Amino acid sequence: MLNKKKVSRIFLFLVLGIFVFYYITPLYVMIVTSLKTMNEIREGNLFSLPNSINFESWKIAWSGRGEGTSDVFLKPYFFNSLKIAIPALIISTFLGALNGYALTKWKFKGANLIFLLFLFGTFIPYQAILLPMARTLGFLGISNSPFGLILVHTVYGLGFTTLFFRNYYVSISDEIIKAAKVDGAGFFKIFFKILLPVSLPILVVAVIFQFTQIWNDFLFGVTFSFGENAPLQVALNNMVLTSASVKYYNVDMAAAIMAALPTLIIYVLAGNYFIKGLTAGSVKG
Amino acid sequence: MYWLKKNLPKIVVAPSFAVVLWFVYGFIGWTFYISLTKSKLLPNYEFWGIHQYVRLWQMPRWHIAVENLFIFTTLFIILCILIGVILSIFLDQKIRSEGVIKTIYLYPMALSFIVTGTAWKWILNPTMGIEKFAHQIGFENFQFDWLVTPGMSIYTIVIAGVWQSSGFIMAIFLAGLRSVDDEVIKAAKVDGASTFSIYTKIVLPMMRPVFMSAIVILVHLSIKSYDLVIALTAGGPGISSDMPAVFMTKMAFGRSEVGLASASAIMMFATVSAIIVPYLYSELRREQDAK
Repeated sequence: MLNKKKVSRIFLFLVLGIFVFYYITPLYVMIVTSLKTMNEIREGNLFSLPNSINFESWKIAWSGRGEGTSDVFLKPYFFNSLKIAIPALIISTFLGALNGYALTKWKFKGANLIFLLFLFGTFIPYQAILLPMARTLGFLGISNSPFGLILVHTVYGLGFTTLFFRNYYVSISDEIIKAAKVDGAGFFKIFFKILLPVSLPILVVAVIFQFTQIWNDFLFGVTFSFGENAPLQVALNNMVLTSASVKYYNVDMAAAIMAALPTLIIYVLAGNYFIKGLTAGSVKG
Repeated sequence: MYWLKKNLPKIVVAPSFAVVLWFVYGFIGWTFYISLTKSKLLPNYEFWGIHQYVRLWQMPRWHIAVENLFIFTTLFIILCILIGVILSIFLDQKIRSEGVIKTIYLYPMALSFIVTGTAWKWILNPTMGIEKFAHQIGFENFQFDWLVTPGMSIYTIVIAGVWQSSGFIMAIFLAGLRSVDDEVIKAAKVDGASTFSIYTKIVLPMMRPVFMSAIVILVHLSIKSYDLVIALTAGGPGISSDMPAVFMTKMAFGRSEVGLASASAIMMFATVSAIIVPYLYSELRREQDAK
């Protein structure tokens, strides 16, 4: 006999299951397509499995078809993105930690206003700063170079990192800091000896958030760089949009998975930190 | 020495603050000024009043972009919140495999919009995608060519956008549900209320701030949406799925209409501000009240 409770339980799992299917399907389609040959793609359909596991398209997406072809492939751009992301995230995280610390544990007049201005800055649509930024990078002689994009990502990441650390340090008791101050410890000593050692959780959140933002950025990349200096997402888009007569959907899908792999791996390994960053980064307060 | 020691916190914050003042507020000011000039390919600092705004609002292309933004934002918000609320409530019913399910619901957030667009472009491909699959399993007249149909391509952006962001909205609601006091629910159960009415009459109304946050996040995401449009439809076919963010970059870097592009950027900025300023104000008030 099915009672009411059981029926509603089945309904519950049915709905949850349908959505599992909805979210997972595009990933499944990407993976199977990337493993098929073009013939298999033409003959089969989106969901059909490949006849054999074939990593040829992955090789082509990563390092091209060899000498003499003008295809875009991801390898150089993958390293471009790393070269931009790592320095930018280190600088913006470090400065964000110092700012968050100074704004909460050494409250001075105007500290709240400064924080508010940082906070509002994280919401602006970047279209409102693209044109002056392009001119500034040109003026500094770093347009179309990794340095330009490092600067851009550092500047517009500062608001987020300051926000993370500020909200984290607010919850740390002032008593310890006061005691340290009485003992004669200075600004930097307190930061490095007392706060930094307990900052690991928020440090992980900030680093993951910044890495994901920079890695997945397209707007800044496509506006401030071109050709061989472009970051990965721009290269992926160029690859897919190629006007070549034959479209290699398998190579496109392999490239898309590769471009997503670093952030996906971080998500799988550190999902909680990942979500915390997203939540704190958009639900301020 | 004493002065230095006393002012060290300010000195530490000063460079970052100067950077934000210059690169955020200074730049917005510059963009605003340029929007009041005749600038074409190069900035021209001669004042021209609000002519660029008049031109902007007379352009059919801008109207298409704004209409698309309206369609996209409305559907994006409704669908994401609907999915988010339903899934979070269902997941809150002591599901054993909650962790795994949540991981699957949320992974699209780790993907860039370019990757998301690339994947959905292939799935929605009018000849090779879903349509072909339907034909092969027997629905021979099935047609699904929204991606290349003017007036319909904007909905493909909704499909991909909802897929990418709805899991995140679910996570926000789930966190909100977990913060509701269990006692409230228990008391209502004792009074004989059904699970459905407990949620619709008691729990969801208590989560008004979560709804607010979710709407602000979604509006903000949709006004900024650029990458997804570029990867999925590139604003096409023609200009039928243009959005303000795409319009702005096309005018600025494709058409050398720097003044007009600035005017459109300021329109975007004003819209975001109109939503964010009251929101931040109320959030800060809540923080103050909590103290």
